[in-house]
Parts: sequence; structure tokens; C-alpha cells
Amino acid sequence: MADERSVVELTVNGRPYRVEVSPRWSLADVLRHRLGLTGTHVGCEQGVCGACTVWLDGEPVRSCLLFAVQAAGHEITTVEGITPAEGLSPLQEAFHRHHALQCGYCTPGMLLTAEALLRRNPAPDEATVREALTGNLCRCTGYQFIVDAVLSMRPSGGED
Amino acid sequence: MKPVAFDYVAATTVEEAVNALREPGAKVLAGGQSLVPLMNFRLSRPSRLVDINGVASMAHIEVRERELILGALVRHQQLVEDPEIRRSLPVLSRAAQHIGHWAIRTRGTLGGSVAHADPAAELPALLVALGATIAVVGPEGTRELTAEAFFEGFYTTALAPSELVTQVKLPLPQGAVGFKEVVRRPGDFALAGAYVERLGSGGAVTWFGFGDRPRRFSVREWPSDPEDRRHVWVELVRNVPVEERDQYKYELAVAVAEESYRDAGGEE
Repeated sequence: MADERSVVELTVNGRPYRVEVSPRWSLADVLRHRLGLTGTHVGCEQGVCGACTVWLDGEPVRSCLLFAVQAAGHEITTVEGITPAEGLSPLQEAFHRHHALQCGYCTPGMLLTAEALLRRNPAPDEATVREALTGNLCRCTGYQFIVDAVLSMRPSGGED
Repeated sequence: MKPVAFDYVAATTVEEAVNALREPGAKVLAGGQSLVPLMNFRLSRPSRLVDINGVASMAHIEVRERELILGALVRHQQLVEDPEIRRSLPVLSRAAQHIGHWAIRTRGTLGGSVAHADPAAELPALLVALGATIAVVGPEGTRELTAEAFFEGFYTTALAPSELVTQVKLPLPQGAVGFKEVVRRPGDFALAGAYVERLGSGGAVTWFGFGDRPRRFSVREWPSDPEDRRHVWVELVRNVPVEERDQYKYELAVAVAEESYRDAGGEE
């Protein structure tokens, strides 16, 4: 089977890109190796760990289970897209304040999942936060500090 | 952990998809949440992927008086969130909430789950429980199969290689349908699960998560005493053959059926 390339046009973090890809390349690999957006991490490549979570038209998806050719014509958002040019976003500040990361490998996926949740539901209860984050594995924190950080974003706040 | 090279075809109509599927070694790419991990492990090596995500005519949700009609491309998260589905068939929304995780449900499709036929999956079992019909289109035309006839065994269906699942028709149940499953971690496939329908004094139980496919059993009359009901579960579940190492699942199946029965009755 010839590994033929084709050109796809996609929008990443609001910026249009034209990129030559092989159909077998995952979106995660194309983001990292072709577009230089290394904020998206690749953990398990089987859809389990959630480190590669990005948004496809605003919805969280696994970028290791989506081929880059499939993203043609769609809007992709990565962790770079929810990070201000200077400093940190309010959610990133909350992660910092609550020690919601140690090695940082899962953090981009955690941030994108949590940010997507908060945009849909600005005041989620703890069970809702935990349910949303079940698809993102973290081997450092034991999750409690991540949950605390997300809960602190509610208008009523959370425990600091 | 990278798939082998394949030829990629993005179909925009059912006809295009079916034509592209005539190529030997071709496979349908719907949500990709089961297929792509298998490809990443190289357990699956299709020579061609026919991407049906752009087939607009397969994404419909239609609630009728007695049935719910769903296109094969309806995503699991739509089953969870769609207000019409939640109102007309709440057990479908509840069961779909247990599929994988949020980022899996936003991509995973009803048709993909049906065609993949994992015996531990929630949706194929619900289709069997409700007596759904599955519409498939191939080079010979369209045919409709009952869920019972469609699911043949472990990851095995009546689907021919160049056929495509296009739509599912779910009759709205007359009785109350309960749902319970046992999982090690939220989002995992079920070790054992059951749908129980209570209609008048009888109904049916459909088990999944053990054996080679979902199995449905009618019950003419539920005993009112829980101990007598336990005997019913024990008798029925023995009709589902399981491997030696899965013998413990009979116990789980009995427990989960009773919980599902109570769920259908609105009891805790």
C-alpha cells in the first residue's frame, strides 16, 4: 500500500493551516510534529489516558483516535489555544494555586476537559466534575487537587 | 503504536460509502473509538478506510408515536443530552452515560457500537432488550434485521463486508425498563449488566457483559418475593454459556438483574 500524502486545510486555535499529511497520521502527531504545537501530549495512543484531549469544534475528543485528514474543515483547539499570550488563564492559575499538577504530563488534557465543562456548566457539583474527568488519568496528584482547582472556578468558589 | 498505511475515502452519501466498501479489506470509519485503537495496535489492518462522518443523511433523530428512529451516526453524547431522546426513551440516555468517557462519547456512534458488537457494550444489549430493528445497506440494496438476528456472537454480526449500518429503529417500550451494570471503574465495559422490563405482572430480562452476545429472556410473571425472584434469575442465567473463568459472573448477573428489576419499579 502506497503511503500517499494529501493536503488538508484545518483551523487550529483560530489560525488556518495547510498541511501535507498521510491518512494514517493521527491528529495528535500532526499537531506536535507538523505544526509544532507540543502542548498536546501523547500517552497511551489507545484512547484511554486522555493526555491528547483537544477540542473538535468545541467538543473534547481524543486526538490519538482521530486522523488528521478527518480534521479537514474543522476547528481544533489545543491547550495553546486556551492559554493567554501572557501569563496563565484563570483555570491554569487555579491549577497552580491548588497544586493540581506535579509532572504535568496529563495537564493539557485535564485543562481542556475542565475548561469545556466549565464553559457548559459554570457551577458544576463535585460529582459532575469527577464524572467529566474520569476520562483523564493522572498518576501524580490522586485527583483531589485537580477536582479542588476546578471547583474553585465556580462563582461561589471552592475550598482553597 | 501507529497504524499501517491505508487508502482513505471520505464518503458524503450512503451510495458512495457502499461503493467504496466493495474493495476487499475496506472498513467503515465512524467514530473510530474502537477501530482506531485496534489499528494503532495493528490488530486491525484495513487496506482502505471509508470515512462516513460526512454522510449527512445518517445523523437523524426522529421521535415518532411508537418508535425512536436514530441514524447510525448519532453520537453517544447526543443520546445522553438530546432532550427528545431523554423524554421519549430515558433508559437509552442513562445507558449511554455509561459508555466510555466524555471525549469518547463525543465521537463514538450508535452504528459503530452496533457494528462492532462488543458483547459487554450497553447499546447492542438495549437494542436486543427493546426488539429494535437495524437497517443495513449494501450493494444488493437495503435490508432490515432484528437485533436478535443481527448479533451473532463475539464481535460478530450478520453484516456482510460491504454492508453499512444506516439506521436503528427502537420501539418505545410499553412497560418500565430498568438498567444496571457492574464495572470495576466508571467508563469501563461492564463485567455484567441487565435491562429488565416490567409490563403488567411479567416482562423480560436482557443480560450483557458475559457470554458471546446480549441475551433476552421473557418472564410471564415476576414472583413478588425477592427470594423467589432470585430463583428465576438463577434458572434463566444458566442458559447463557460462559467460559470457566467467568463462572463468577453468574452471581453478578443475578445481583444486577435484581437491581435492574428494582430500578424499573422505581425502587432503590
